[in-house]
Amino acid sequence: MTKPSFVYVTYIATTPEKVWQAFVDTDVMRQYWVGPNADCARVNVSDWRPGSQWEHQRLDDARTVDIVGKVVESNPPRRLVFTWARPNEAGDASKHSRVAIDIEPHGDGLVRLTVTHEDLERDPQMLAGISGGWPKVLSNLKTLLETGRVLPHSPPAT
Amino acid sequence: MHIDKVFKALADPGRRRLLDQLHRENGQTLTALCEHMDMTRQAVTQHLQLLEEANLVAVVWQGREKLHYLNPVPLHEIYERWIGKFERSRLGALRDLKKKLEGDDDDKT
Repeated sequence: MTKPSFVYVTYIATTPEKVWQAFVDTDVMRQYWVGPNADCARVNVSDWRPGSQWEHQRLDDARTVDIVGKVVESNPPRRLVFTWARPNEAGDASKHSRVAIDIEPHGDGLVRLTVTHEDLERDPQMLAGISGGWPKVLSNLKTLLETGRVLPHSPPAT
Repeated sequence: MHIDKVFKALADPGRRRLLDQLHRENGQTLTALCEHMDMTRQAVTQHLQLLEEANLVAVVWQGREKLHYLNPVPLHEIYERWIGKFERSRLGALRDLKKKLEGDDDDKT
């Protein structure tokens, strides 16, 4: 195991099932996952089975794909692990970083959500983007699950 | 996670310095963090404990090493709840002023 590059933790007053759904269901994701400039919502598209591909898509007209990867581990509603790469580096496993999402009940109706991102050191540009992105995504997710409030600019569900 | 704990944790210069150190290099051991702090190992341990309780520091065990990570999620929540909120009200005031000044035009069109 390599030393993680980033570890993000948030406590959410919800159930592990709802947090899991927020990471695999695009209808939930589009309500809290925004891009770096809050330009448009993003979703991660996959069937989330181990070995399957996944894509990080912008919800713009072109459905631009910014990140791709492979599902490594999928254990609902507790743990989801996937690789993370630029689309033009999808074929080169040495350029992939790795994300682990751990969802644990924490008592008192709280869930401890931990996002660990490994193997980012060799890509300073990605590292900079990631370090700004995850805190925003996770605090938006917390707000959505605890208050039901969605982002001001999220597109209406279709 | 109570926001009071976050503000309390941030209210100490030594703890802020620890967060700055983790920002420079994430995932450090207690020993590595102590090297740059002019306080006892015990004091650093106590500060880290408070930061951990406030969820500003996340801990990962790697074998026998305890690694400390800066966890910026509560800081982002403060931004959203406090800074972003005030920014929004300022934008709202500007919008109201604009509406007031341009109000007649709106009626005409």
